[in-house]
Amino acid sequence: MAQFNLPKNSRITEGKTWPRPTGGNNLQEFRIYRWNPDDGANPRVDVYQVDRDDCGPMVLDALLWIKAKVDSTLVFRRSCREGICGSCAMNIEGQNALACTMGIDECQEHAKGKKTGAVRIYPLPHMPVLKDLVPDLTNFFAQHASVEPWLQTETPAPEGEWKQTPEDRAQLDGLYECILCACCTTSCPSYWWNGDRFLGPAALLQAYRWLIDSRDENTGERLDALHDPFRLYRCHTIMNCANACPKSLNPAKAIAEIKKMMVSREI
Amino acid sequence: MVDNRQNTNVTMRTPRARVKGLGASGHGAGHFWQQRLTAATNAPLMLGFVVIVAMMANRPYPEAVALMSHPLVALVLILAVISVTLHMRIGMQVIIEDYVHDKGLKFLSLFANNAYAVVVAVACLYAILRVSLGKLV
Repeated sequence: MAQFNLPKNSRITEGKTWPRPTGGNNLQEFRIYRWNPDDGANPRVDVYQVDRDDCGPMVLDALLWIKAKVDSTLVFRRSCREGICGSCAMNIEGQNALACTMGIDECQEHAKGKKTGAVRIYPLPHMPVLKDLVPDLTNFFAQHASVEPWLQTETPAPEGEWKQTPEDRAQLDGLYECILCACCTTSCPSYWWNGDRFLGPAALLQAYRWLIDSRDENTGERLDALHDPFRLYRCHTIMNCANACPKSLNPAKAIAEIKKMMVSREI
Repeated sequence: MVDNRQNTNVTMRTPRARVKGLGASGHGAGHFWQQRLTAATNAPLMLGFVVIVAMMANRPYPEAVALMSHPLVALVLILAVISVTLHMRIGMQVIIEDYVHDKGLKFLSLFANNAYAVVVAVACLYAILRVSLGKLV
């Protein structure tokens, strides 16, 4: 059966409360998930106080501030700090988001009026954790690769580029912008229960991006590869994916379009 | 993945091999449109069913038989049974596939689900035919 309780060694315990910074008047509390694969201990939640007057406005700024000034052992991924690399995806106040584009004030509004005062940060849900806020995304990227996200043609390549009308190009808007941060896929309950076989919203959004590309000549083969009760049809239109996407894309709609393509080739 | 080892998480298969698994089964679209079609047909057919049952309420048996013998009434009931049991079977199968991960238990649940839907459908159809065609047989 689906597992509704965390395994014993994954249950979260109370962590360390780090000392307040000296001299700060505008403090913000952060409660951050910590887990170290090397010490054999259960995960814990550490409490930090961040001096807002000394720190940028985004959650990532606060994490960098903590790492620089309080606790250098805190581990998280980050790179571009402007919402295009997808590295700093994490669960902030119950919402999967990019730490770099989520404001510290904004994320508390997201917490549906439940103002606790603290900003709670966990790794992306239901993925194996490598350390602290870093999830293992191996399966996620293998699923993305499995939809063969590149142009496939049988016609010999033209001298110049493969041509496309502006209307055909417009079909790709809302699809090509995906940065593979995994916010959508890890917010999907269907992916939590069947992530080994269900491709998940991110991979299916990219599958649709190539299905709808006017230059691609392998549409039928691409549909064949998705025609499966688990790979595609585990999507039950829960829509958490569209809610979570930090780029405001709609993977649920892309999946619905794939389902329509499946039916339209049967009738 | 058909794999009879105790713990299938411990493996040196590459992530790509694990994701590709046994390949796409090549079905699912049928269940998808049948579930939506029967959802749409359930609404008017169940309304007809409720009206027919209400018309039988507090009436003596021969009058109920007379009502059931009307071809339109029997037809609505037969279609309602087919639509509802098909919808029920697919809906329950989706829930089992979502939540039951133990291979043996999953196979058993799917078998039980299909058997239940068939038995319910056949029993209902038999009852409808027997009552509505009772006078002829």
